[in-house]
Amino acid sequence: MALFLLAFLVVSCATPFLTRWLSTRVFYVISVLPFSAFAYTLTQTPTVLAGETITESIPWIPQLGVALSFRVDTLAWLLALIVTGIGGLVLVYCARYFSRDEPGLGRFAGLLLAFAGTMYGLVTADDIIVMFMFWEITSVLSYLLIGHYVDRKESRGAALQALLVTTFGGLAMLVGVVMISVQAGTTSLASIVDQELSSPATTAAIMLILVGALSKSAIVPFHFWLPAAMAAPTPVSAYLHAAAMVKAGIYLVGRLAPGYAETPGWREVLVVLGVWAMLVGAWRSLRQYDLKLVLAYGTVSQLGFLMVIVGFGGYDAALAGAALLLAHACYKAALFLVVGIVDHRAGTRDWRKLSGIGRQNRVLAGITLIAVASMAGIPPLFGFVAKEAVFSAFLHAAEDGDVWGWVALIGTAVGSVLTVAYSIRFFWGAFWTRPNTEPTKLHSDGWAILIAPGILAAVTVIFGFGASVIDRFLVPYAETMPGTGDYHLALWHGFEPALGISAVVVLLGVILFIRRKWVARLQDAVSPMMDSSRGYWFIVQLIDRLSARTTIFAQRGGLPQYLGTILVVYVLTLGVASSMNRTWPDSIRPWDYPEQVLIAAAIGIAAVMAGQAKQRMSAVLLVGTTGFGMVALFALHGAPDLALTQALVEMITLVVFVLVLRRLPTRIAQRNKPVKRLVRASIGVAVGVIMAVVAVIALGARQEESIGTEWPRLAVEGAHGMNIVNVVLVDIRAWDTMGEISVLVVVATGIASLLFVTGRAGAIPRLQGSKQQRRGRNRRRVIVDPLAPGAEASSNRMSWLLAGRTLARGHRSVLLEVLVRLLFHPAILVSVYLLFAGHNAPGGGFAGGLLAGLALVARYLAGGRYELAEAIPVDAGKILGTGLILAVGTAIGAMFFGGVALQSAYLEADVPILGHLSFGTSTIFDFGVYLVVVGLTLDILRSLGAEIDRQQEQADLSEEAQDDFSESEAAR
Amino acid sequence: MTVSATLVILMAVLYAVGITVMLERSLTRVLIGFMLVGNATNLLILIVSGPSGSAPIVTGTASDESMADPVPQVLMLTAIVINFGITAFVLALIYRSWWLAQLGDQGDSVPDQHTEDTHAQTEAIFDSVDLDGEALQQALADSDEHPDDDEKEKRS
Repeated sequence: MALFLLAFLVVSCATPFLTRWLSTRVFYVISVLPFSAFAYTLTQTPTVLAGETITESIPWIPQLGVALSFRVDTLAWLLALIVTGIGGLVLVYCARYFSRDEPGLGRFAGLLLAFAGTMYGLVTADDIIVMFMFWEITSVLSYLLIGHYVDRKESRGAALQALLVTTFGGLAMLVGVVMISVQAGTTSLASIVDQELSSPATTAAIMLILVGALSKSAIVPFHFWLPAAMAAPTPVSAYLHAAAMVKAGIYLVGRLAPGYAETPGWREVLVVLGVWAMLVGAWRSLRQYDLKLVLAYGTVSQLGFLMVIVGFGGYDAALAGAALLLAHACYKAALFLVVGIVDHRAGTRDWRKLSGIGRQNRVLAGITLIAVASMAGIPPLFGFVAKEAVFSAFLHAAEDGDVWGWVALIGTAVGSVLTVAYSIRFFWGAFWTRPNTEPTKLHSDGWAILIAPGILAAVTVIFGFGASVIDRFLVPYAETMPGTGDYHLALWHGFEPALGISAVVVLLGVILFIRRKWVARLQDAVSPMMDSSRGYWFIVQLIDRLSARTTIFAQRGGLPQYLGTILVVYVLTLGVASSMNRTWPDSIRPWDYPEQVLIAAAIGIAAVMAGQAKQRMSAVLLVGTTGFGMVALFALHGAPDLALTQALVEMITLVVFVLVLRRLPTRIAQRNKPVKRLVRASIGVAVGVIMAVVAVIALGARQEESIGTEWPRLAVEGAHGMNIVNVVLVDIRAWDTMGEISVLVVVATGIASLLFVTGRAGAIPRLQGSKQQRRGRNRRRVIVDPLAPGAEASSNRMSWLLAGRTLARGHRSVLLEVLVRLLFHPAILVSVYLLFAGHNAPGGGFAGGLLAGLALVARYLAGGRYELAEAIPVDAGKILGTGLILAVGTAIGAMFFGGVALQSAYLEADVPILGHLSFGTSTIFDFGVYLVVVGLTLDILRSLGAEIDRQQEQADLSEEAQDDFSESEAAR
Repeated sequence: MTVSATLVILMAVLYAVGITVMLERSLTRVLIGFMLVGNATNLLILIVSGPSGSAPIVTGTASDESMADPVPQVLMLTAIVINFGITAFVLALIYRSWWLAQLGDQGDSVPDQHTEDTHAQTEAIFDSVDLDGEALQQALADSDEHPDDDEKEKRS
């Protein structure tokens, strides 16, 4: 069964591609799959007939006890045959129904096939969670299928309505499903039914599940989505809204009935709402002009009928319910397909415009007559057999003194009268010859489209005569019900009360049809018994508006207000929590070492001044001061790696800030009123105080030894490194570092994409000419003419840097150029040293990468953007990518050698200068980190440096051009 | 465990100033506040990490006994580098809204999102859904039979 589901998934995904070269013939090809599932289910018949089950289980989430388990018993077998058999027939029908140029045909075919597979999974699943999953997938697929005509308003509206209603029910059901599986201690449906739980909690769970079942099966008060869903293409209506999806609710009720029909409220709810739906649906069906809507409201009515009998409980009712389920699937699907053919051939479904179709289409009319008669319950068709069984079951219960038996009997009998009337209306509407109307011109579409409804009609006849054979197959389901019964399906039971009821029903139905003028007048006078559709729209609009209001109310204030709200909540919750604290640190001393006070004072003053600064540059410098203060604190605390990294980061940050701020005005625009300032300051102070309290409490609450006590040993023995911090980064906790460098790659890409509007690659301009020429031009010694104008002299002077001459004279500094020329290569060397030495001494990939980045910053500052490109003529993206590949490579590489991901291996050697080197895979990982940091710095320089330069120059040029233009204008 | 009052007070000051600045509308100020809060948070980890000591580098001598706890140091190292990345990213954001989007002063400030919204604008959001629903109800109502339909047709 799981294999079939997999096949459904794969073929559905492939169907859109198949459709491209098979066009509508694709439906024939894919119908093979549901038909094979049908055949496979048929092979299970002997087992099911013997009252046994076929099970299959694949573990899925063992922690939750959820498994992909499937179980076929009589009920599942019956429904599996219905959904696969009718699914296949509908697909065959589709091949003729759709024209070759139908838009979205491939998508439609794939979705319909996927739906068939999902239904098959739904009815065979034994795990209630997996069943629910399929349940929800059908809702989503139904949304997509109803909305097939994306350009029609009513189609979109109907799709959304169906989705909202069924998922609302689905949500309620999910709660019920979780509740009942917790109470039962298992997720197996079979076991849940066997346990027959009864407690108030079970009742609540069952009621919630019923909400889901009622909404799915379009029972009052959720019935309105089904007629609306008729905006879908007819094959969808025939399959989803007659044979398959709406049956899911009936199926679930039928599945639970053997164990839970005695739950308080179960029978009351199902009988009352079922009868109600049956009457409302049939009544509204009687006033429709649109043939498809006649059927749609009729389906609501029939689903109500099914709900009453399937939910009623007991042997007789179960047998009758299963029979009616089968009968309804056959005739209702056939009728929908007939409507599709009439619509297709005549171009309308409004029976006022149809005339003489019966005369022109004898076969079609014959098929319809059989299906309609079965729906109305006329012998010798299967619909009659089922209806007889239903009436007998209710009568039997009523005779035993069951009040609900009477209610169900009278309700469904009245409903059946209406059913007979709308059945005649349907046939008469579609095929009658109306004297005042022109005979409808029909467009021929071949006989192949008749195959599917023809087979269904034939089945209806055969089952009618073979009722006693069908009985043998359905009895095992009835036997799962508590209690016994002796009823058997048969075409002829002799003269008995049920037959009398049937006869009266048909008679009254015919009268009702003949007096249809009278009915129409009454319909108009009495407003519809229950128009939930209006209520639905009211609720939806209310929720829409309410959410808009709430959003506007709660999110009016922009970022400061949100942050403020979050922080106030934070302060309040932590304040309450810390007021209940009883653990304090052993002691509080004024300082750890005297220098601390001096450093702290410097940082504090710089921070407060930074908060007050009105100019961008001074604010940035003051923040930088706090950062360098942190460097000192780290160094004195015993954290050389931190001090090194923080110092390098502060330097680069400062440069980056300057690069951006040169384009912004010096003063920061202040847009805050003085009152707000007080609010801001008090929130700030409150957070500061709370954090201080939290820090003190956190230190006092520490009871366990740090996990770090084991790290020195692990670092030396496991990772061959002395520097614990670095070893942790590249080995012990390398996963975290992997996450971190991924963030850095994302940040780098984000920065580049914010600045480069057109594309990422090739944005840095290179110098012209070959490598030789580029080198040579700067090496050429040019005699400087002291008399020549300054510009000439400067442009010919030998440059210390490759691209030095590309800068304007005023932007060049010989001192800087010389320094950078002398320091760049040593800096790169030192960065490599830091990278390799980091395993045993302060340093590592982060520090090394930052130093290399700083060297690049220097090159850029001294020589401009051309210099940057000459210094590192590789795209930043490639460096980032290589770094990430190296890191991921070491992670995966270890797994090839039988280790876990990121496990390290080592080669040791004594290398001159660098000392004892233990080269391990973790060093390769660290090199990846190094490259990512270099790539990030390069990307920042390219974007915030080079690109901003270019935009500035462009802006200057266009400004000049504009000035020239206005000057020449003025001259005129 | 003992705690250094100096560090706690410094951390509180950094948080207080950082948050106050962060609550302003200017993006540059938000960024400055963010950096101060970042430093304050590193300080928080430093405080709860316990006493200072020698660098966490194994030397095989007696000083290994007084080693500072390496766990918080690794956390802080990660935080420093990520802070740097985020700072650069916000700078790119500021520049983009300032220059590329040509928003000027406004580009540097965080605007209120819905103060200008009118009732009509809110209603317009739901137009498509409402129209779809109306079309659907109309389609359904069209199919309803009324007793005077025949006469209407004859008249027309």
